[in-house]
Amino acid sequence: MIRFEHVRKVFDGDDPVVAVDGVDLEVAEGETVCLIGTSGSGKTTVLKMVNRLLEPSAGRVLVGGRDVRDVDVIRLRRAMGYVIQRGGLFPHLDVARNVGLLCELEGWRRERVERRVAELLELVGLPPAEYARRRPRELSGGQQQRVGIARALALDPGVVLMDEPFGALDPITRAQLHEEFLRLEEKVRKTVLLVTHDLAEAFELGDRIALMDGGRLVQVGTAADFRERPASSFVSDFVGRHLGSAHA
Amino acid sequence: MRESAAWGVVVAWLAAVPLAGEPLAAQEPVVVGSKAFTEGRVLAEVLAQLIEARTEVPVERRTNVGGTMLVHAALVAGEIDLYAEYTGTGWSSVLKREETPRDPLRTFLLVKREYEKRFGVTWLEPFGFSNSYAVAMLETTAAELGVTRISDLAAHGGRLRAGWSHEFLNREDGFQGLAAAYGLAIADNRGMEHGLAYQAIRSGRVDLTDAYTTDGMLLRFPVRLLEDDRRFFPPYDCAPVVRLAALERHPELREVLGELAYTLPARRMQRLNYAVEEEGRSYAEAARSFLEEEGLLAGDEPRRGGMARRDAGFAAFMVARLPATAALTLRHLWLTAVAVVLAILVAVPAGIALTRRQALAGPVLGAAGVLQTIPSLALLAFMIPLPGLGLGARSAVTALFLYALLPILRNTYAGIREVDADAVEAARGMGLYDRQILWRIELPLAMRTIMAGVRTSAVISIGVATLAAFIGAGGLGDPIITGLQLNDARLILSGAIPAALLAVVVDFVLGRVERALAPAGGS
Repeated sequence: MIRFEHVRKVFDGDDPVVAVDGVDLEVAEGETVCLIGTSGSGKTTVLKMVNRLLEPSAGRVLVGGRDVRDVDVIRLRRAMGYVIQRGGLFPHLDVARNVGLLCELEGWRRERVERRVAELLELVGLPPAEYARRRPRELSGGQQQRVGIARALALDPGVVLMDEPFGALDPITRAQLHEEFLRLEEKVRKTVLLVTHDLAEAFELGDRIALMDGGRLVQVGTAADFRERPASSFVSDFVGRHLGSAHA
Repeated sequence: MRESAAWGVVVAWLAAVPLAGEPLAAQEPVVVGSKAFTEGRVLAEVLAQLIEARTEVPVERRTNVGGTMLVHAALVAGEIDLYAEYTGTGWSSVLKREETPRDPLRTFLLVKREYEKRFGVTWLEPFGFSNSYAVAMLETTAAELGVTRISDLAAHGGRLRAGWSHEFLNREDGFQGLAAAYGLAIADNRGMEHGLAYQAIRSGRVDLTDAYTTDGMLLRFPVRLLEDDRRFFPPYDCAPVVRLAALERHPELREVLGELAYTLPARRMQRLNYAVEEEGRSYAEAARSFLEEEGLLAGDEPRRGGMARRDAGFAAFMVARLPATAALTLRHLWLTAVAVVLAILVAVPAGIALTRRQALAGPVLGAAGVLQTIPSLALLAFMIPLPGLGLGARSAVTALFLYALLPILRNTYAGIREVDADAVEAARGMGLYDRQILWRIELPLAMRTIMAGVRTSAVISIGVATLAAFIGAGGLGDPIITGLQLNDARLILSGAIPAALLAVVVDFVLGRVERALAPAGGS
């Protein structure tokens, strides 16, 4: 569904930076792949090249077999959900209008928008009667993130891109949302590319995990692969350090 | 698309600002001007009424133009055709001659020749009085110190306080030269509005001020004119200055205006000034009585001016002026509204553009800031010679517009930049078009800050617009300026109070608009 072919990204400037170097990766339909790495490893850059918030300097990104550069950028983005850290909700719009904004812009009739919004809020566990008219600042961090996820699913996209979606939450809320995510993914079966810096989260949510370091992919595989067959001492150190600290 | 529509609105607005006094008659009118002080305005009425009575030429009056440089600029630009000027003023303020003239006739001829050569303007024969500067001293102080001549002041300079008019204080042929010629060192020199200086002298807060020899006020205040024993003050013979083009257009003017030559000695001018300033007669009434006495009119009906009598109480005075105040307030509001709406149409798009091109933000905001530091009167003066502007509403609106730009520009720029970066990032990633991000996310979130800029601009403009009366644009500045000339506090307040109330009301109304546009939760 999503395919990276020899993707390279250089940020120009007085001191050019190679952020992503020769990435090849495939995310199959309905699969969840977690991109993990230290900060500055290039994982968010990889994600943003899928919906063309950034363009690759070399190589190409394909979605559904088509080079993303051949698709109208607005159509491309509306065909994939996008969830960012802290939600990125619009503070001047209530929950219902945040979730329904894309439907509104697509010219749906009002009743259809309302129906869709109610359905999505039920899906993420926020009863519409109670939450639809609230403003983002009247919600907890976890509730805001649920609204962010509902908003990303509004147009029923095949692909969902998530950039550290649970990064800013406390551990208890994060654990709740992990469960919700798995339940939801069971139900709606999206192709998900999720960026995180938390290896435990990657192991829990990802069908496969892709570990990046210095702009390169170091290892791609299941949680079992990482635990039992680390590709290098860097990988085994990384796993040891992260799981060690996460479960200490 | 949106941009071109916005420019269409701008053009429509400019077209809606009327050229003050567009003639209805087929014949092009002659425009009589004057500086904003009593004598100039009485003489303007004399000139205007004489032309009206004796020729078929339609007359238009622009009789409240700030100072010498403003009225001269207006004359050269053809915004006015004639006004009464003084040879000494033409010599030093306009021609910038440095040597001090002594001989009145030679001065007149030199000024006339230079004006004709350089400005296409001529001097007709003088009215017959010289209005020189004089130094006036509180009578009791003068008697106490035994001062009768200016040179007597040198011995007492250390304990004297002077309140000079701003123009006198800063002129070569005013205080600067006077102090040098007489070796004066006055302990306390300050500039003040001329009408206020007399009040200050009467209440004993200053000892000296400058006066004109024809000043009607001299009869009302207990002051002594000091003799210019070293003949420092140059001759200030008064005569009509007229554009040669106007004389070509209406050749009959030369002969009719020539009849005024030497009809007005200084004492008579003093009485005319006194009639207006002390007896509450209108400029038109004073001028008419003079023309009638001289038999210069050919039987027109006398016109009565609308000057309120001075013995009425303040409340009665304000009530009597209510219709006039209402009209002036509307005019004031209109000048301000046009300027602020134009500023919004320019500054909001410009502020948005700056957030897209950060490199330009510093220079552009800096330039708008410099505009803000130009003194309001100077800015108004710059507008007069510009083509299409001239005296009146267009110049005033343009100057107000320039003042209103900065707060709106700065707040739009800051407001858009303050919008939550996550919200904009999410909107872009979700697939909103740039214009949808602007209209649905950025502008609503920045609205509160932008409206704060609009409110600031509106309040500043209402204040500055009181100065627009100096260039004949009308509004609540009119009674303020006239009141200062006539030393009439009630008249000043009848402009100042509504102007202050207007600022408060407009700020309140815009506050409501802001709340309607940017409901709670905006930021």
